[in-house]
Amino acid sequence: MSEECAVKKVTEITKEEVKKVSKWIDSKEYAEKNFAREALVINPAHACQPLGAQLAAYGFEGTLPFVHGSQGCASYYRSTFNRHFREPAPAVSDAMTEDGAVFGGQNNLFEGLENAYALYKPKMTAVFTSCMPEVIGDDLTAFIKNAKQKELLPDNHPTPYANTPSFNGTHIHGYDAMLKAILSYLSEGKKVEGKCTGKLNLIPGFDGNVGNLREYKHILEEMDVPYVLQADISDTMDSPLDGKYNPYPGGTKLEDAAEIVNSKATISLQKYATTTTMKWITAECSGSADVLPMPFGVKKTDEFIMKVAELFGKEIPQSLKDERGRAVDAMTDAHQYLHGKKFALFGDPDYLIGLVSFLLEMGAKPYHVLCSRATKKFTKEMQALLDSSPYGAGCNVWTNKDLWHMRSLLATDPVDMLIGDTHGKFAARDTSTPHLRVGFPIIDRVNLHRSPIVGYTGAINLLTQIANKFLDIVDDTCEDRFFEMMR
Amino acid sequence: MSEVKNPLEGITKESTAKLIEETLEMYPEKAKKKRAPHMSENDHEDSGCAIRSNKKTVPGVMSARGCAYAGAKGVVWGPIRDMVHVSHGPVGCGFYSWGTRRNLTSGTVGVDNFSGMMFTSDFQEKDIVYGGDPKLEKLLNEAKELFPLAKGMSVLSECPVGLIGDDINAVAKKMENELGKLVVPCNCEGFRGVSQSLGHHISNDTIRDHIIGTTEYAEEPGPYDIALIGDYNIGGDIWAAVNVLEEIGLNVKAQWTGDGQIEHIAATHQVKLNLIHCYRSMNYMCKVMEEKYGIPWLEFNFFGPTKIEESLRAIGECFDDKIKANVEKVIAKYKPKMQAIIDEYKPRLEGKTAIVFVGGLRPRHTIGAYEDLGMKIIASGYEFAHSDDYDRTYPEMDKGTLVFDDASEIELEKWVEHFKPDLVASGIKEKYVFQKAGIPFRQMHSWDYSGPYHAYDGFEIFARDIDMAINSPTWGLVKSPF
Repeated sequence: MSEECAVKKVTEITKEEVKKVSKWIDSKEYAEKNFAREALVINPAHACQPLGAQLAAYGFEGTLPFVHGSQGCASYYRSTFNRHFREPAPAVSDAMTEDGAVFGGQNNLFEGLENAYALYKPKMTAVFTSCMPEVIGDDLTAFIKNAKQKELLPDNHPTPYANTPSFNGTHIHGYDAMLKAILSYLSEGKKVEGKCTGKLNLIPGFDGNVGNLREYKHILEEMDVPYVLQADISDTMDSPLDGKYNPYPGGTKLEDAAEIVNSKATISLQKYATTTTMKWITAECSGSADVLPMPFGVKKTDEFIMKVAELFGKEIPQSLKDERGRAVDAMTDAHQYLHGKKFALFGDPDYLIGLVSFLLEMGAKPYHVLCSRATKKFTKEMQALLDSSPYGAGCNVWTNKDLWHMRSLLATDPVDMLIGDTHGKFAARDTSTPHLRVGFPIIDRVNLHRSPIVGYTGAINLLTQIANKFLDIVDDTCEDRFFEMMR
Repeated sequence: MSEVKNPLEGITKESTAKLIEETLEMYPEKAKKKRAPHMSENDHEDSGCAIRSNKKTVPGVMSARGCAYAGAKGVVWGPIRDMVHVSHGPVGCGFYSWGTRRNLTSGTVGVDNFSGMMFTSDFQEKDIVYGGDPKLEKLLNEAKELFPLAKGMSVLSECPVGLIGDDINAVAKKMENELGKLVVPCNCEGFRGVSQSLGHHISNDTIRDHIIGTTEYAEEPGPYDIALIGDYNIGGDIWAAVNVLEEIGLNVKAQWTGDGQIEHIAATHQVKLNLIHCYRSMNYMCKVMEEKYGIPWLEFNFFGPTKIEESLRAIGECFDDKIKANVEKVIAKYKPKMQAIIDEYKPRLEGKTAIVFVGGLRPRHTIGAYEDLGMKIIASGYEFAHSDDYDRTYPEMDKGTLVFDDASEIELEKWVEHFKPDLVASGIKEKYVFQKAGIPFRQMHSWDYSGPYHAYDGFEIFARDIDMAINSPTWGLVKSPF
């Protein structure tokens, strides 16, 4: 009997307790506690390196991403891309298990490379690592060399590889590492003194919006500038449904990637997602190397187009001038719906710089800008951008914070709209903040990844989404007496 | 309706054996040998049909499998709504499994429901070098502080934790005393075992060691107390199932683990019967409770009216005449509604075929629901099954159909090309491959953002979804006129 008494009874959380705590977690007192957190990360706005590596690999023709590590990792990356793009996302892993921890992963890599090559016949196999081989210290350089010596792969089969430990950086750093690995691998020994392809290399960076990539191509085609979009996922992650599955439906041609060393110019549109790649390009490739902000809004698009015109000695065509004019027209027509509105934003650093720049152009007020993993350099650049406009005054830049922090911010210091990927939806709902989905991943809305938000066209699209969201809210929530025909 | 095709026409043991032979031809010698025992033409009377399963995935083949962490966090622990589940290690695993299983939960997020949130220690280089135990202690403290109504915390290890020699068990024990809260360590590193399945088992072990028998229900035990085991409430499944079980007069005292509450789960040793839906992930729990507490258990199947009726009658047999009579009443009550669903959809689905490749219980349990709609399953396979799953599958499948284990993507492509099914029912990684090929598809892990599919409420939605997948007018646009 005494033993039975020791077992506690099931207790239910009462409605009063729920009510009390619900109120408390929206309070300033809670926000303080929440911001005092040092160890626990809640609802982070960043993923791990290998995810980014896989996206970079999808940017190249016939390329099979190969995860050296546990098989579950590959399944997680694949399904994340499947959900965002609603496209196939082929990738293999070499399925390391306990014995890999003891003996290292070389045998898995051998078997994996042999099987993947035989079954999926890639033109290139892009190898990157998840946690396990990084912790045990596998030597990829030696392993891949050994695999070729054993003739598990043809000697001339391109096998670039990158170390992408998940306990360091985020998905954008994995993108950078894999991109640099691919470009340097393919171009090795291809540099010819005095040779120039006359082309521009455009590097879009880690961008889940294939519409953006198509917009870049459109702009360059209008300007009649010969270009190679390096790591072009626009067809691999947006292929036609025509009754036949093609595992490799696009990507930058390998020979075009190899010629990067002999190009006329390179422009990266994501400073923070291509740092090591651009360092390599600056040191190893001919031609100019520039880093520009993503062309969100009019000014950054102007900057991009003028840079290209300058580099290639081109006149800016009337068609782009007209596009610009239409964007300005749309922005002026709709300025009243955005002017003075407060925004909270979260996402990757390059996206944030671009989005904030666009909002400032509209007279909107970026108010909470949260980047979950960023350097002081980013904070400085963001602050300088905010300082450049009166509408940037009073904005808070939060780095190394997560979406549970964002929830506290929205609850205690509210805004008119939250901009960020799908993961922001809980904070938005809890605080009744409208949420515009921008970034990666978007897994609860369709086709946003196909609609460009860069360039002049993108500025109109972004503006349309924001303004109409506000207008829908007015119509959905206003009192009958304020319900009007016109808005 | 007049020209319903025979869906199994042309499918014989010989033709399927030939297909298997051709499939294996794609592989290099060593991989071929490894893959060969994982696929077979079905003939349940012939003991020759013994699929090899629960073996290591062949490297490089593009398996659909996940890992032990996925089985522990995504499947067993994650759905328990009133605990903080910490993905312990680098950020990725928790990020990718955040909100992507659709195990719905009740309650207020961040207050008394934490299932929809993502908690991680977000390991950095220094945690790998110096160990993550101090960080774990600290974050458990923070979790208690910020989420006072949480009934406890689970610590779900990711790969690095087991490789760097951390001792989460010691930390959990220490912190449980210090915090006065349940802290459950679960050593479910992704490199352990061969699939999600070991993660289920490791989680089962932790529930056995840390949870069962630690509470008792506040009410007096009654003769109709049961626990519902292995229903994870995908798209609201468990709510649909509980409705029916309560309608026949049973009290569902604990839900394992869909929309689950840990203290209710902990008192399951007091129930009279454990009803298990997903045998794969939780049969061990039933066996433990049977051995230790003498609780009988029964497998059941709530997909489609035929199986629901069979299952309800079998459940009724475990109880007195009152429940038996209720069962008949409930079956009679829903019969007209079920018939109306069949009358609406069967004319458009009769004679259609499907290939099923999923996990858990679905490759066998959903067969009856398709058959209720006049469809036939011509190939079925599991991601992470064991031999007892296959033993339960062979009798559900027709002779000569294909049964398979841990298929690689290229195998599926080959089989779909061969069988030309009207539907492929598999996961998100397969979905767009087959849709690009013009083959209708439904995600059968997540119910393709629909559901519930369980019980009477679920069948109506299942039938609608299968019909719209197969008969969507968009398929008529695939072939371009130019």
